[in-house]
Amino acid sequence: MRYIKDGVAVADPWVYIEGDEPVPPDVPAIVPPDWLFAAKADAIASRSAPLGVAWPNDRPENELVPYLSQLALIALEFPVFRDGRAYTQARRLRERHGFKGEIRATGDVLRDQFLFMARAGFNAYEVKKRADAEAFAKAVHEFSLRYQPAGDGGRDFRARLRNA
Amino acid sequence: MGRKAMVSPLQQKIRVSGPVVVTANRLSDGAVVYLAKSGLWTQELGAATVLWSAEEAQAALKAAQSDGLEAVGAYLAPIDASETAAQPGNLREFIRIGGPTFALPSAGPQRVAA
Amino acid sequence: MYTYDEFDRTFIAERAAQFRDQVARRLSGELTEDEFRPLRLMNGVYLQLHAYMLRIAIPYGTLSSGQLRKLAHVARVFDRGYGHFTTRQNLQLNWIKLSDMPQVLEELAGAGVHAMQTSGNCIRNITTDQWGGVAPGEIEDPRFWAEILRQWSTMHPEFTFLPRKFKIAITGTPDDRAAVKVHDIGLRIIENEQGETGFEVSAGGGLGRSPFIAKVIRDFLPKQDLLSYLEAILRVYNAHGRRDNIYKARIKILVHDLGAERFAAEVEEEWAQIKDSYLKLDPAFVADIRSRFVYPEYETLEDDPAVLKTALSANARFALWHGNSTAKHKISGYAIVTLSLKPIGKPPGDATSGQMEAIADLADRYSYGEIRVGHDQNLVLPHVRQQDLPALWKQLDAIGVATPNAGLITDIISCPGLDYCSLANARAIPVAMEIAQRFAPIEKAQSIGPLHINISGCINACGHHHIGHIGILGVEKNGREFYQITLGGKADEDATLGQLLGPAIPYEEVAGTIERIVSRYLDLRLSADEIFIGTVTRLGVTPFKEALYALH
Repeated sequence: MRYIKDGVAVADPWVYIEGDEPVPPDVPAIVPPDWLFAAKADAIASRSAPLGVAWPNDRPENELVPYLSQLALIALEFPVFRDGRAYTQARRLRERHGFKGEIRATGDVLRDQFLFMARAGFNAYEVKKRADAEAFAKAVHEFSLRYQPAGDGGRDFRARLRNA
Repeated sequence: MGRKAMVSPLQQKIRVSGPVVVTANRLSDGAVVYLAKSGLWTQELGAATVLWSAEEAQAALKAAQSDGLEAVGAYLAPIDASETAAQPGNLREFIRIGGPTFALPSAGPQRVAA
Repeated sequence: MYTYDEFDRTFIAERAAQFRDQVARRLSGELTEDEFRPLRLMNGVYLQLHAYMLRIAIPYGTLSSGQLRKLAHVARVFDRGYGHFTTRQNLQLNWIKLSDMPQVLEELAGAGVHAMQTSGNCIRNITTDQWGGVAPGEIEDPRFWAEILRQWSTMHPEFTFLPRKFKIAITGTPDDRAAVKVHDIGLRIIENEQGETGFEVSAGGGLGRSPFIAKVIRDFLPKQDLLSYLEAILRVYNAHGRRDNIYKARIKILVHDLGAERFAAEVEEEWAQIKDSYLKLDPAFVADIRSRFVYPEYETLEDDPAVLKTALSANARFALWHGNSTAKHKISGYAIVTLSLKPIGKPPGDATSGQMEAIADLADRYSYGEIRVGHDQNLVLPHVRQQDLPALWKQLDAIGVATPNAGLITDIISCPGLDYCSLANARAIPVAMEIAQRFAPIEKAQSIGPLHINISGCINACGHHHIGHIGILGVEKNGREFYQITLGGKADEDATLGQLLGPAIPYEEVAGTIERIVSRYLDLRLSADEIFIGTVTRLGVTPFKEALYALH
């Protein structure tokens, strides 16, 4: 798996916490929703490293709204690449709720969906295939134009694409 | 010509009762192909491996489905084995070999299939 | 019609280049079939019974003569010299190789033609009235809005991986020739009490396994809010449409399960968040699109010119055709001409490359270079001077597209069926041809009057059998083809689903059964003015049930 953040393949500094595992306060940690909702305010505030959450694609993302200011990362899921619910979640988080942190695409993340994901508000990707990761820049530049505006910049129709 | 059930394979569960062949479409041009004795794909129904039991049919189908490089959409097609050479087992398979059951609007193929 | 500019042409070219790369990666094995399938579907490439099928988009059914020539060329060089016009105003070619697809799309791109989103779980071709822009009594040309929707929906970042396909139709006249009520979203252009024009929005219509008539979810939507409102509908669908069962994944199931009121409330809630966003239609953008929507410079002419009147009284065949295949135009002195692609004895809705080229030439000469495709699988020349009708007719007759059967019993709408389609359970085209043969004499068809037969070869209902006056659905029983007959369906503003007549009948008996149904109608009708659908609506299906059983 390759991790791409803001268009560049880098080492992933984040750690996933599963189930009931303890959450280290000094490591960037992606926690399950249950931990986030049960955590006391000071457990989050006293952290010395950023906090993220892994959010399923069949749960309303607006449940995260009270926590957005404490989150640096939201990992959204594509259980299979054809299941596009995370596109809606990402757009709502970016555009309606103004989330500015990392929105990461996880699961069945393939090259031919990179451009859609980037336009929908994703800025980080856990890419399944190495070849796809290497082709990231090419994939998001396959089109120079876009018809409809989305939250990815520019209010006009029929404009140049601002690529990831 | 046989009268085996021919509900679209895309709309049925897999059942085997009677002789079948594995059939698919060639990836590059969509031509109808059959799995042959050599394990390769052939356009000739007569050269296809006839499978008689559910076990060998399912095994052959599974192997065929994992080859996505030459042929796609593999499924089990019934055949009529009462003649010396295998015949299509239902109207659907008959049409896959011979094309639509009426004259096409214009004269024949413009390019010969590879 | 809309003229593609550099932006549109560049976009299509980039899309063709992307697909070329995707095909290469598939052929090399880098992409599995599972990964490739949605990508090729979104470029209109199906895998069918004998071969691949390419479904080319004809946005809102409008073609220039240059584009029709390009379709003819592609059909000739890469296919078997003919194409099939569909019930969604697209064109299907049945024999193209996958390895040729990239070149085909590049060729089409050169004429501003593409196959984007004609399949796949995305927003499909927005269909409309084939008389858009020329129909008398039209409130506004729906094609203009269809173009705006086309642009909004093309490669939409959020709505390209929906639970299922999404079909939108729009009509601009009170009589609905676009069947908007059986679409996922149906739009009717209307005028409110203040005299403003806007849209009545319906949602959740559809045919197929579980047919539904769409429910009105908003009585009046101002034009500037069209895109934000539709975005809200699609967002609710993308988030909540079922993903566990493909037979329950269309928006019609969601609307049915929630109820129209609750669904509308969800949409309104979403819409409230975005209605004042960048999706509110900017007058400058609207004006830009309008500037490229070009209409002919019509001459000032009188209705019923002498040359027409003379020809009508001199030539009975011409008069017959004129009465059937021409319709009143909103501009005086002009006519809307239907080109029947339903000649007796030929597969319905098909045209050869030669015919397409001849029609393109006739469009240049007689119709300001424009052709339309109807969801009835016929073509239209939308801007013909009445004085040209006699000369045009002779030439249409010569190329075989002047059968005077528009709207009659032999103007059958049929899906490709088991002869072509891998989803089918039974054949449809030979059934259509046999029925047409039984009613071949034009006087016979005329005396029966308007009667719409729709035939589908499987439950997916691409032939729209649910909304045929007579609907025929092919099913399979023990390896044999059987057909269910429904009566009383309507595709228009009074959309209705047909009612089952009785048990399915075998292939050999379909044509005879239709003959008996028609005989019954002729016995039961109050007068020749009561058309078939009127009699069925008045009496129900019961008096027709006996037609299912052969009388000895």
